[in-house]
Amino acid sequence: MSGITAEQVAHLASLARIDLSPEEIASLTIDLGQIVESVKKVQEVATPDVPATSHPMPLTNVFRDDIVVPSLTVEQALSGAPDRDGDKFRVPPILEED
Amino acid sequence: MKKAELMDFDKALELYEPVLGFEVHVELNTKTKMFCGCANEFGQGANTNTCPTCLGLPGGLPQVNRKAIESSIRLGLALGCDIAEASRFARKNYFYPDTAKNFQTSQYDEPIAFNGSLTIELESGRQVTVEIERAHMEDDAGKLTHKGGATGRIQGADYSLVDYNRGGVPLVEIVTQMIEGGEADSPEIGKTYVAAIREIVKALGVSNARMEEGNVRCDANVSLRPRGSNILGTRTETKNVNSLRSVERAVRYEIQRQAALLSAGGTITQETRHWHEDTGRTSAGRPKSDADDYRYFPEPDLVPVAPSREWVEELRATLPEPPAARRKRLQADWGFANLEFQDVVNSDLLDAVEATIAAGASAQAARKWWTGEVARLANVAGVAADSLVQPHQVAALIELVEAGTLTDRLARQVLEGVIAGEGTPLEVVDSRGLAVVSDDGPLIAAIDEALASQPDVLAKIRDGKVQAAGAVIGAVMKAMRGQADAARVRELVLERAGSAE
Amino acid sequence: MTDLIKLSAADLGGLLANGSVSSVEVTRAHLDHIAAVDTDLHAFLHVAADAALATADRVDARRAAGEQLGLLAGVPIAIKDVLATRDMPSTAGSKILEGWIPPYDATVVKRLRDAHLIPLGKTNMDEFAMGSSTEHSAYGPTRNPWDQERIPGGSGGGSAAAVAAFEAPLALGSDTGGSIRQPAAVTGSVGVKPTYGGVSRYGAIALASSLDQVGPVSRTVYDAALLHDVIGGHDPLDSTSLTDPWPSMAAAARAGLADGALTGLRIGVVKELNGEGFQAGVTQRFTETLALLAAAGAEISEVSAPNFEYSVAAYYLILPAEASSNLARFDSVRFGLRENPTDGPVTIERVMAATRDAGFGPEVKRRIILGTYALSTGYYDAYYGSAQKVRTLIQRDFDAAFEKVDLLVSPSAPTTAFKFGEKLADPMAMYLNDITTIPANLAGIPGMSLPMGLAPEDGLPVGLQVMAPAKQDARLYTFGAAVEQLLEAHWGHTLLSRAPALAPVEMFASEEGVI
Ligand SMILES: [Mg+2]
Ligand SMILES: [Zn+2]
Repeated sequence: MSGITAEQVAHLASLARIDLSPEEIASLTIDLGQIVESVKKVQEVATPDVPATSHPMPLTNVFRDDIVVPSLTVEQALSGAPDRDGDKFRVPPILEED
Repeated sequence: MKKAELMDFDKALELYEPVLGFEVHVELNTKTKMFCGCANEFGQGANTNTCPTCLGLPGGLPQVNRKAIESSIRLGLALGCDIAEASRFARKNYFYPDTAKNFQTSQYDEPIAFNGSLTIELESGRQVTVEIERAHMEDDAGKLTHKGGATGRIQGADYSLVDYNRGGVPLVEIVTQMIEGGEADSPEIGKTYVAAIREIVKALGVSNARMEEGNVRCDANVSLRPRGSNILGTRTETKNVNSLRSVERAVRYEIQRQAALLSAGGTITQETRHWHEDTGRTSAGRPKSDADDYRYFPEPDLVPVAPSREWVEELRATLPEPPAARRKRLQADWGFANLEFQDVVNSDLLDAVEATIAAGASAQAARKWWTGEVARLANVAGVAADSLVQPHQVAALIELVEAGTLTDRLARQVLEGVIAGEGTPLEVVDSRGLAVVSDDGPLIAAIDEALASQPDVLAKIRDGKVQAAGAVIGAVMKAMRGQADAARVRELVLERAGSAE
Repeated sequence: MTDLIKLSAADLGGLLANGSVSSVEVTRAHLDHIAAVDTDLHAFLHVAADAALATADRVDARRAAGEQLGLLAGVPIAIKDVLATRDMPSTAGSKILEGWIPPYDATVVKRLRDAHLIPLGKTNMDEFAMGSSTEHSAYGPTRNPWDQERIPGGSGGGSAAAVAAFEAPLALGSDTGGSIRQPAAVTGSVGVKPTYGGVSRYGAIALASSLDQVGPVSRTVYDAALLHDVIGGHDPLDSTSLTDPWPSMAAAARAGLADGALTGLRIGVVKELNGEGFQAGVTQRFTETLALLAAAGAEISEVSAPNFEYSVAAYYLILPAEASSNLARFDSVRFGLRENPTDGPVTIERVMAATRDAGFGPEVKRRIILGTYALSTGYYDAYYGSAQKVRTLIQRDFDAAFEKVDLLVSPSAPTTAFKFGEKLADPMAMYLNDITTIPANLAGIPGMSLPMGLAPEDGLPVGLQVMAPAKQDARLYTFGAAVEQLLEAHWGHTLLSRAPALAPVEMFASEEGVI
């Protein structure tokens, strides 16, 4: 068994900022346990001598020149905003313990 | 909340050894942002410099700014770092509304520069070598403002506003290794180290380096180790200490605060702390916890940065003389006393003075004009002295003074004319008719007239009461509307008074 | 008059160029058909009828003014909803983006517009491209035109169904683990996943950045090639975009029609992507196709790719890991849904969590949690790190295989279209369905699916997958066009001509009180 616990799933959900219901946590705990058990298989062949590949094409040094290009207009930038105040995005207060 | 009590600084040092560490963020002054072509500049209104990439819109993708890479490599080299043969961006995942993508594109296990060191000199002359662990590239967050509530601070705010203009601006984060043995110098080490970084990035031209604008930001880590112990204490990380004086004060404060807490049997919490400039104190921020799992992984939207050794050497060849070495050289060349030199350095006028001397002025005159009249006018105007007038103009002004064409008082008027955009010093002299009257003829006429109208004074001079000449000199200067050399006038007054015998 | 909707994009382009038809006529024909059949089919999430006709009118005007236009100018196209379009909502099949109209066009969309194609609308997909059936679309599934009780594949089921049902001659798809090729296979259409970096990802709402690739969906290999030529090539806005010059894919496809195009071509049959676990009719059509190829002069041999058995596991670590980070931006601040918590204080932290709970469907949550797990401290090396190593091994398997053969073939999917709900309860069963297509994404190589017949047991389409070495996309088109010609000659018709006719919706049925 992979031993995924509901507490672990709840912690992952908080890292991922998803407010899961207890039912969702319960069912995800089962799903995740099964999936992890299955994908664990990668460890069988991932020996230390095998290098990791993070990009399928071996490119390096792809750069852009330091030249300004037009930005969006402020209206475009804010066009999808759920809430705004003038030209800024407005959000509920930020929880910050003092 | 219990008020933090402070232990006397000397007492704290008797009981504990301070261990320091600094993370300095340098905002690069590239034309565009780190990963998109939006302008890296502020001031024309919120959210004017944004695009799908720096706004974190679905589908946006990053493109690395070559200039930012160059600047980072040059900064790494200036800090004595090795430049990585292969370096990579990584995603640092955390949710915060000023972070558009909810991950910071930073570097993790493969920074562009590492293993450097920087030797700083304290006022006592003590040299301290700070080991640099790494200098890595990352993008800045947007700016939050908090509205409502009593203080306008984040706590108690009703809502917050986000402007992403700063989001995506290139940063280099310079991380030191642990600094031990600082002892009572620890606060000064903090200040001097950050000042040295600031000086280096300025000399390199990679940052505007204005701390008050957040171009250079310092996080100060402080922990205390009980004397006789070799176990490191728990450290705190004081965030965003944004002036040199504050760095010094914050380090001192944390040493005193932690010492008080530890000696009272308390424990230090590993946490970030906020620096309050107004009260000179730090306050607890977010505790470090398991929740700080940033889930770093290589940024799949960007390919590795693998600077060729040729490129690195090309960039090394562009490095300016290290600021500390340059300062030593210039002070010796110019023959300035320590205080005179410090005055120039502290006023950020090293470049201006150097250029003025290079344009032909004497060292003392260049120093005197820049730290004196130019600095005064700049202060009145609320701008930087070197933005007010060009070094070659100051040099030309000094030349006129030294040639006797201008008195100091006239020269100050000429300087105002130059600053007002009336032309070169010579042009201002001409247009305002400010040159010293150097022809003795008109002076003698004026002196004779003054002596004739004040016979009592003439008599006193003839009696050897030379100080009485002052009244005549004053009258002559007035008649000449100041455009005369007072020393010459005095010479002539005495001469005429004698010859009138 | 010819039935315009049945024509290939290439044929439509020809008629448009010689003035036999106008783009407005062609566009209207497709819009009418969409209106008639899409209520049932649900291939589209958004149909931009007025804008399409207006664009068509402008293209007609340009042509009337004597302007020389491209081969596909005036031809309608459907766009997968994963692509940002400045004049149409772009939701990626998710509630969290409902109604969101981006302030910019994806590079591929811009290229379509520059080539004067006519965007008809946005096609349905599994939410954020997570799925193989479109059952995970927040807006309801798309039906397979061959059997409306069955899935059209996924995630790009909408694009494949639209093309297979003659709602559009062309569509754009995106393929992260088979999302172009598998829907093509189960709908009897053609789909191509280009070499990674061959087509820009700028403006494609990211699922897994190191795997995603945008590509063409069509009814013929030549049409796919024409579309590939429009969308492909270097884009400085995508840092993983290749700068290599590309040959014309259309020319490559035409070369496949020449006599002897298959002679001497070395075709490798991937041992691990055949046989056990594959539907009998799929294996049968595959074997028959290999026989036809051999008869046409191709040299068929078996090659082994021993690490492919680890590919699904590696994929379901890499994809969720990258997706968990890519989807972090859906936070209710700058765009998209905002949902307040049902009780307790309304702080941004809680609003983000409530929004992501309400806006993401179960499969998206499942993969975000899995990806968060795979990247978290203490698990990275065991999971994400190991998966990246498997990726190296898969690439090595491909390298070894391509030393022996020019192209690799396999069935595009282990089965024909399955029924709705069949695999919904078992995520792993759904994931294993992607075994055939995933290796190409992990290695970044190009792959194509084209129809190779109907499975005898259920009469549903079976797809042939072809894979070429990285950057050798042209080879796929030459071979694909040759095989297509060979098979159609063998059948005496196109595969899609055997699809059941879709019953038009009775426009006024409710008024008449029937049904
Ligand atoms: Mg940092
Ligand atoms: Zn931008």
